[in-house]
Amino acid sequence: MERNVKALAIREKEMEAVFLIAACTSVFCVALICVFLFANGLPAIREIGPLKFLTGTTWKPGADIYGIFPMIVGSIYVTGGALVMGVPVALLTAIYLAFFCPARLYRVVKPAIELLAGIPSVVYGFFGIVVLVPAVRALGEAWNGKGNSMLTASVLLAIMILPTVIGVVEPALRAVPGSYYEGALALGATHERSVYTAVVPAARSGILAGIVLGIGRAMGETMAVIMVAGNQPRMPKGIFEGVRTLTGNVVIEMGYAAGLHREALIATGVVLFVFILLINLAFTALKRGKDA
Amino acid sequence: MSRNTPEYIRKRAGEGAAPRKGIRAVGFLGRLPAYRKHPASLAAALATHLGAAVTVLVLGFLIVYILAKGIPNLKPEMFSPTYTSDNQSMLPAILNTCTMTLLSLLAAVPFGIGSAVYLAEYAPKGSGLVRLVRMTTETLQGIPSIVYGLFGKLLFSDALHFGYSMLSGGLTMAIMILPLIMRTTEEALLCVPDMYREGSFGLGAGRLRTVMRIVLPTAVPGILSGIILAIGRIVGETAALMYTSGTVAQAAGLFDSGSTLALHMYKQASEGLYTRQAYATSVVLLALVLVINFVSGRIARWITKGRQTHDQQV
Repeated sequence: MERNVKALAIREKEMEAVFLIAACTSVFCVALICVFLFANGLPAIREIGPLKFLTGTTWKPGADIYGIFPMIVGSIYVTGGALVMGVPVALLTAIYLAFFCPARLYRVVKPAIELLAGIPSVVYGFFGIVVLVPAVRALGEAWNGKGNSMLTASVLLAIMILPTVIGVVEPALRAVPGSYYEGALALGATHERSVYTAVVPAARSGILAGIVLGIGRAMGETMAVIMVAGNQPRMPKGIFEGVRTLTGNVVIEMGYAAGLHREALIATGVVLFVFILLINLAFTALKRGKDA
Repeated sequence: MSRNTPEYIRKRAGEGAAPRKGIRAVGFLGRLPAYRKHPASLAAALATHLGAAVTVLVLGFLIVYILAKGIPNLKPEMFSPTYTSDNQSMLPAILNTCTMTLLSLLAAVPFGIGSAVYLAEYAPKGSGLVRLVRMTTETLQGIPSIVYGLFGKLLFSDALHFGYSMLSGGLTMAIMILPLIMRTTEEALLCVPDMYREGSFGLGAGRLRTVMRIVLPTAVPGILSGIILAIGRIVGETAALMYTSGTVAQAAGLFDSGSTLALHMYKQASEGLYTRQAYATSVVLLALVLVINFVSGRIARWITKGRQTHDQQV
């Protein structure tokens, strides 16, 4: 009996240790990812020169010239375009779902939008190829524009971030105490005025968090973007011209790159990784702000 | 609904969907006469409805378009056992997707569940380790899939010499879905009422037995819902697999390169030669992912429903 109890106690301790080790997996993974990316990417940045690498406007692996500024700008433009088009629609939709939608419709629309968040990016990309590219080509004809362009990528990303942003903003709107709305109503404001001037401003940190999450998604999106963006590695010239993003740069050339070229691509991944880390940090900070 | 049901489960189950009475006691039409005095409010209302309509129409159009174009293109030869460039069979890719899912889950689920058990059942409240684990999990969740792909290539394909193989891809995907499984499992564990644990302790069971016999079995539906969600991610993933599992169109073993359905579709769509087949593949892919996510959502809803009736009985 005595021994049995002892064995049990040991087993308890053992299993606790096992669970503890499992708990450290994610810490271990993040450390591993950081180490591998930085160890493989930083030497290239050092060799090329950090300033030349980040602000160089020419990307010519054949001539050993590696400047990723066009891709940084490309990522920012495409993401910016997606935000300009996607965020207003997403906010309006979230407000509609939270304050305007009839309950019966809500029960259908809400799960449907959540479901759409799971559509694979290749399917979005394919939709972009067969629908958006011809549409943008027709639209841009007057300016001698192309179908595979910055505008196409932005529109596609705007569609892709809709479910994500709505999914964060709508609960944030619902979390605003009902008294805000009722107070505004009692002061004689209309339903819309109460919603837009009392409730929405009160949810601003949640709204911002949603937007930041959208930025992260748009910036990190790869396959859908390369399928429609044209991917020319030069400074973006206009919204109807092709553009290459940081993500696209990695995927397109990784297959055949070697030597410094390969390391420069990994370094591109590192730059992207750092961007995303900063965005995530902002997201976490905003979420904390909401809870407080 | 118990007050301590995590927000995540509630959100996925559509809880909080019940409208506040005051807001919608008067419908849009009922308010119309009042708008004469408030043109700005009318404009705001119209804009809101328009925005929602745009979202629903765009996303609805995408689904309907893919289905309408793809279903007529589904041909029996696209499911032949071996791939040729003529038949563009997706059967090998479907098999690879199953292999990939199995591999990733085998690697990720034990760690994910173990980690969640520690966080929910063992860890002292507010300990530094817990904060660190939470932070790193959130970081993992935000990393774009191409960075996972790059990392997987560097570690599994190159450093560990697995090359382009299902193993490299599976391990990469395992890291990618780890945070998802951790979070859903932890939330499912937190959903288990404390009296279950107290009852078990009261009968003389130790912590381990309580976790294994009482808490984990009770949390199975929640864990399952997370795993199914993870399957959806694996099935739809491309960027992380392109340079880890590779893109060879064959039914692949552990150490062979093989493309999953999503990668198969990417090749068809981007080469431009097989647009009709790409439509068909996208229907299969879309249907798979939507069904998987739908089932996961249903399970999550079912748990909260069950919990509700349980709370009422207590």
